[in-house]
Amino acid sequence: MSHWIIAPVILPALLAPLIGFVMRHDKVLSRSASVAGCVALVVIALGLLNMAADGTVHVYRLGDWPAPFGIVLVLDRLSALMVLLTSVLALIVLLHVIGTDWDQRGRHFHALYQFQLMGICGAFLTGDAFNLFVFFEVLLIASYGLMIHGGGQARLRAGLQYVVMNLGGSTLFLFALGTLYAATGTLNIADLAVKVREIPLEDAAILRVAAILLLVVFAIKAALFPVQFWLPGTYANAPAPVAALFAIMTKVGAYAILRFYTVIFGPDVPAIGDMPELWIKIGALITIAVGAFGVLGARRLMPLIAFSVVGSMGTLLLAIAVFTPQSVTAALYYLLHSTFAAAALFLIGDLVTTRRGASADSLLPAPPIANNGLLAAAFFIAAIGMAGMPPISGFLGKLLILDAFQGQAHQAIAWAAILVTSLMVIVGFARAGSLIFWKAEGVVAVDGHGALTETPAPVPVAGPSQPNVGIAFVAIGACLSMLFLLSIFAGPVTSYLTATSAELFDPAAYVDAVLSGGN
Amino acid sequence: MELIVAATVGVLTSAGIYLILRLRTFPVILGMAMLSYAVNVFLFSTGRLATGMPPVLDHHAKHVDPSLYTDPLPQALVLTAIVISFGMTAVLVLISLGAFLEAKHDKIDISDEEADA
Repeated sequence: MSHWIIAPVILPALLAPLIGFVMRHDKVLSRSASVAGCVALVVIALGLLNMAADGTVHVYRLGDWPAPFGIVLVLDRLSALMVLLTSVLALIVLLHVIGTDWDQRGRHFHALYQFQLMGICGAFLTGDAFNLFVFFEVLLIASYGLMIHGGGQARLRAGLQYVVMNLGGSTLFLFALGTLYAATGTLNIADLAVKVREIPLEDAAILRVAAILLLVVFAIKAALFPVQFWLPGTYANAPAPVAALFAIMTKVGAYAILRFYTVIFGPDVPAIGDMPELWIKIGALITIAVGAFGVLGARRLMPLIAFSVVGSMGTLLLAIAVFTPQSVTAALYYLLHSTFAAAALFLIGDLVTTRRGASADSLLPAPPIANNGLLAAAFFIAAIGMAGMPPISGFLGKLLILDAFQGQAHQAIAWAAILVTSLMVIVGFARAGSLIFWKAEGVVAVDGHGALTETPAPVPVAGPSQPNVGIAFVAIGACLSMLFLLSIFAGPVTSYLTATSAELFDPAAYVDAVLSGGN
Repeated sequence: MELIVAATVGVLTSAGIYLILRLRTFPVILGMAMLSYAVNVFLFSTGRLATGMPPVLDHHAKHVDPSLYTDPLPQALVLTAIVISFGMTAVLVLISLGAFLEAKHDKIDISDEEADA
């Protein structure tokens, strides 16, 4: 029983109060501690990935109580991968925050950030459904603080909607867990996997209710239609780096759907059958359409990016909904890609918004900004990544998903949805990019009387000056290079993901490792 | 007993949902509180309802009789849920206050004009 498994939870949990109580008055100290924590988290996550890569399922029994009586943390290929993704993204976003001084616009940013990481890592590692609820609450309560960081009317009101939405979701989660416990008498994921397969068909009604309630809860997290409407307002009004970190939060929902509807309510459970498959497919198709139309209709850059995230979640869940090992491999690859693509877009959007001053992120021509060419190039790369154009990983991800649909039910609808919406997203991003970066070159400043001045306006430097903004460019570069690395190393990555999805569809090893109390 | 518990859960839930749909912060906070009470009572019932029974099995009895026993796990779940919902309500109240002081009104929905501003 390796104690390193709990390190991604313990480390941020200890660091957060330390930053919050001891280091809060010292900018440099709290920043260094936060970066050090994130670097350590990346190293630990790499170690865990290395541990899990051979296919053994490692179990950490809290208090050494044997499952299913105690709570267990379970490290398998999927959770190791998700923890690594979280830690890398967290480090990149943190660098951007430091480069743009976002952490100085309110209090306790770094403490909340670490609590957020604790909740996300815990949700990925836990092997107990109720413990998953607790970690959801930890990551949510930290996200409430991060969402309204910096304040302002629009952000507070959007934050209030976000909080109410998620409180409703949490209550529903408790109802679902109660129903599940009433039907099976356990909440340990491995034990549930055994028990739901023993329930006779005539007693399965309560179980089906629990399965659908849980699906709604995870759909709220994953922004699946019809409960996707909280996402655009939240992401567009949150501080941009926080929105970039939230790119992983929707993936927590996708992860939970993947874990619960393969290991517990798998396609082989007679009481459930293909019910989740059908519901997720319908929801995902509409989500893709909502995302694409939102991208076309957006009048500001941040909502446009937020709608593209909705569309990418739809694509991801559509791939998951096929529930074959091949489709889950494709979905996981697309998950890695879309997390970094969305984060890169939000980080670029942040720099663009602060540099445009009063025009902020509205899609109207304004005088050119500092580093216009560099930001335009970065936006171009991230946008083709998000739209799924070659040569970077978005193209490979969508290709894998299309391939996974080959010969499956609803192939024609799925192909049409993915291809048509990709085109719409390309149009939307091309419009936004040309309005913000390209048309700007032709705009000259207008003086007070409406007459054109002779020289182009000086570059507006809006808000507080950002002396360390170079670090933010490094962060964006790192985010984009992840997309390139994903496509260069697509071979090794997909072979790891193939093993991951094979593990999900054959949960015997997972169940044995948890219930036998081995290693 | 079953009827009373079921009716309580139902009434609390419907009152909670009605209040949440008012889309003003104070009724929504009350509605959330109602819903969390409803879910707490509901969680109790998931371990089968029993009155006056201990949550431990009698180790020394010759025959262990499950009808003389109440499931302790839902009680632990309810305790956790109460603590979490208490904390969440506090956060909700503070964020609502912040939004009210900034916006000078307590409406929760945001119109399209406000969203584009």
